[in-house]
Amino acid sequence: MTYRVHVRVMPRGGLLDPQGQAVAHALAALGFQGASDVRVGRAIELSVTAASRDEAEARARQMCDRLLANPVTEDYLVQVEED
Amino acid sequence: MLKVAVVRFPGSNCDEDALRAAELVGCEAFYVWHRETSLKGAEVVLLPGGFSYGDYLRSGAIARFSPVMQAVSEHARAGGAVVGICNGFQILCEAHLLPGALMRNAGLSFVSKPVDLVVERTGTVFTSAFTKGARVRVPVAHGEGRFVADADTLAMLEGEGRVVVRYAPAGPGVEGNPNGSVNDIAGIANAAGTVVGLMPHPERCVDAKLGSDAGLPFFHSIAAIAAGAAR
Repeated sequence: MTYRVHVRVMPRGGLLDPQGQAVAHALAALGFQGASDVRVGRAIELSVTAASRDEAEARARQMCDRLLANPVTEDYLVQVEED
Repeated sequence: MLKVAVVRFPGSNCDEDALRAAELVGCEAFYVWHRETSLKGAEVVLLPGGFSYGDYLRSGAIARFSPVMQAVSEHARAGGAVVGICNGFQILCEAHLLPGALMRNAGLSFVSKPVDLVVERTGTVFTSAFTKGARVRVPVAHGEGRFVADADTLAMLEGEGRVVVRYAPAGPGVEGNPNGSVNDIAGIANAAGTVVGLMPHPERCVDAKLGSDAGLPFFHSIAAIAAGAAR
C-alpha cells in the first residue's frame, strides 16, 4: 500500500523567526491590515510504501526525527492519506 | 608531521584556504572526498566552509549523512581533533557532535565582513595558541550563523566553559554580534576541547600580504598538537 505523507516543519515557538517577521512587515507595507504573528516553515510531501497507515506514519516520523526536521529548532506535523 | 584531512563536500568552497592554512603552519594536509570512508590516517579533521549540498533542507543537514561523516564521528568520539568552520560548524551541530543549531541570521541578510572576537577558552585544539581574553579580528561570511540552544544546553555550555569564541561587545570601532547569536556565541567546543566549531573564518586571514594574518594562531594551535597524540 502506498500512502501520501504530508510533513509540515515549523520553527519552534519562542525562537526568533526572522523570515516570518520580514513577511509580516511586507504584508503591512502592502496594506493588509490585521495580519500578525507570521511564521514561515516548510512543507514536504512524499509517498511511503507500508503495510498500514500506522506504519507509514511511524516511518515518516522516523524520517522527521533523523533528517526532515531539526529537533533543536523545529517542530513537525505528519499527516498520512491513502494515495 | 601532523596529518590534517580537509573534508570536501559538494559545495565546499573554503577547502583550499583551509588546506593552505594548515600547510602554512607545517602540517601535512590533504583532501578527503565526502564519499570516502577512511580519513587516511589523519590526526586532525577540518570541515571547511561553503554550502555543502546547496544548503538544501538545512545547512549541513545532508552533509552530515555523507559516508565520510561516520569516520569523522568515530574519530571525534575516540578523542581525535575535529574543527568545523562555518558550514563545518553547521555540519557538526547537525551531526550532534556539538550541541545547538545555527539558524537564519536575525537580520535575514547574508553577513560578510570582519568581526571582532574574544577568545573565551584556550584549552581547545583550535585556540591553545591564544591567551584567554585575547581579541582577534576575523571575517565572517554566512546567512545562517545565529547560534541557538535550549536553556539547559546553554547553561551547560556556559557552566562548563565550552564557549570558545564570542563576538566582542559593540563599542567604538566594534560592531558587535553580527547575527543575533544567543550570548554572542561565535564558537563552541565539546567538553574535552577536541571538537571545535565556529562561524568565523580564520583560514581567510593567515597571510599579512593578503591583508591580515590574525587567524594564524588558530592554525598554530592545531600544529601544536603532537603528531600521534590526537588519535
